[in-house]
Amino acid sequence: MGNNNFLEIIFLPAHKLNNLIQEKKLKVSEIAKCYFDAIEKSQQKLNLYITICKEQGLNFAKILDESPDYLDDLSNIKPFFGIPIAIKDNICTKGITTTCASKILQNYIPIYNATVIERLNAQSYILTGKANMDEFAMGSSNENSFFGPVKNPWDINCVPGGSSGGPAAIIASGAAACALGSDTGGSIRQPASLCGVVGLKPTYGLVSRYGLVAFASSLDQIGPITRDVKDAARLLNVIAGWDENDSTSINLKMPDYEEFLKDDIKNFKIGIVKELMVKEVAPEVRESINKVVSLAEQMGAYVEEISLPSLEYALSVYYIIAPSEASSNLSRYDGVRYGFRNTSAKTLREMYKKTRAGGFGDEVKRRIMIGTYCLSSGYYDAYYEKAQRVRTKIINDFKSAFKKYDILISPTSPTTAFKMGEKLDNPLMMYLSDICTIPANLAGIPAISIPAGLSKSGLPIGLQIIADSLREDNVFRAAYSLEKAIGFSKNPIGLYE
Amino acid sequence: MSKITKKEVEHIAKLAELEFGDEALNKFTYQLDQILSHVAKINEVDTSNIKPTSHTLEIKNVFRKDEIKESVPVEDALSNAPEKADSGFLVPKID
Repeated sequence: MGNNNFLEIIFLPAHKLNNLIQEKKLKVSEIAKCYFDAIEKSQQKLNLYITICKEQGLNFAKILDESPDYLDDLSNIKPFFGIPIAIKDNICTKGITTTCASKILQNYIPIYNATVIERLNAQSYILTGKANMDEFAMGSSNENSFFGPVKNPWDINCVPGGSSGGPAAIIASGAAACALGSDTGGSIRQPASLCGVVGLKPTYGLVSRYGLVAFASSLDQIGPITRDVKDAARLLNVIAGWDENDSTSINLKMPDYEEFLKDDIKNFKIGIVKELMVKEVAPEVRESINKVVSLAEQMGAYVEEISLPSLEYALSVYYIIAPSEASSNLSRYDGVRYGFRNTSAKTLREMYKKTRAGGFGDEVKRRIMIGTYCLSSGYYDAYYEKAQRVRTKIINDFKSAFKKYDILISPTSPTTAFKMGEKLDNPLMMYLSDICTIPANLAGIPAISIPAGLSKSGLPIGLQIIADSLREDNVFRAAYSLEKAIGFSKNPIGLYE
Repeated sequence: MSKITKKEVEHIAKLAELEFGDEALNKFTYQLDQILSHVAKINEVDTSNIKPTSHTLEIKNVFRKDEIKESVPVEDALSNAPEKADSGFLVPKID
């Protein structure tokens, strides 16, 4: 495979690239070149990246080609040695602009690395660049980026989902082998679903949030976006673990997640959540999920429909709690210490107002306003505190479900990728795209999206698998088994024709 | 829940250190009213004897050891400042 035909390389999962490196069939620099070629071609069409780190990436690849790890002791090579990985632009990279796709941070250069970046550095990974996203991770279509929308590689008239639209579209296009995203209400899983790739939101607290620009601190979690389930497990092995810099980080001995990749769900108990099969779920999506259900049954799993009544309120709870936390977190952007500042203001207060009014986009302002309202005197009890109580009920519903079931399944998104601009003027309609993914964030439990097939018009459909807190073992076992049974292997190669 | 008014939205904008032109204010009033009246649906839920959840982990205060460590150098801390003077951030006069 020594030639430069990048199409043979770029759609491989990282574990296969790792094999090729180990077997000395490909040099790291050859792999890197393929991916940066793909980036150059796809970037023009899809606007995947905010910052591309080509020169740095190619130089580092050459260094890795010559490193003793590569030359002498290939048996101990790390799983992500020389693997091109894209990072969502809300994860701090030292010395490399981290914009959160916002005007207010367009020139922000972090002075430290996020913990996940330090962990990837220890693997000698190659940073391809900083992936486009919805501003401050607020959005479900990636249309809220100050740097312009990302387009869906399967149909450039459609959105890639959000807020990790960049990372998901990058993996679908072969413009990196793996990516890291962040998920507050579905921001990893929903775009993974709309782009036909794998996206995992781990248990809250499993992956350090140190260096992840805060949106809603009780919900945010970093996770992998990959080409297959095995890569997701491998990448989680690297990024999960206790961190003294994150006080909500879980201090437990981490398992080897790859050990859970067993093709066996015999006697697995699976619940189909009635409240996530809402009327908004498109017939084609419903059909696709039903097909997966029959596959699971053929594999010896028990499948039943169950009801978690409080999930009906999850969307409402989320759109109170997340904006409330955001309004507090985003008060730090005042033009004093970093980021954009309005220089025409004569006084400090005027500077705050004009900086924030000019630096934030509409969706971010909308959420700050909702949050400020819900936390304001006179409304706190009826909105914020009430939402926190309903959140407890949602958690309790999940707890009782997991006494009986190993996993719960649902569509990841009620529809396939929608047209650009379609929901832009109707925030409430846009929020409904998160209806299936939000409950896992509110309960802090793990959930994955895997491709379930393509619609008649050729757009990916995603299946969501949810498990109890810290039961990533069940997530991976089910995802791995069903991935095999579904056998999804399509790529949007038309992009490169 | 009563309808949210333009005046309320102006008040919230003030609390949030934001400002809007008249057209944007009308749009936000309409959209905020739509969103808030939708989410107010949680008031149907009986939550008597249910405790609020602020986050999902059962942890309380997390303390670190009171040790002296090296901190961020001043020039690094100021490296992103829009304006600086000596070892501090420079801001317009306080009103």
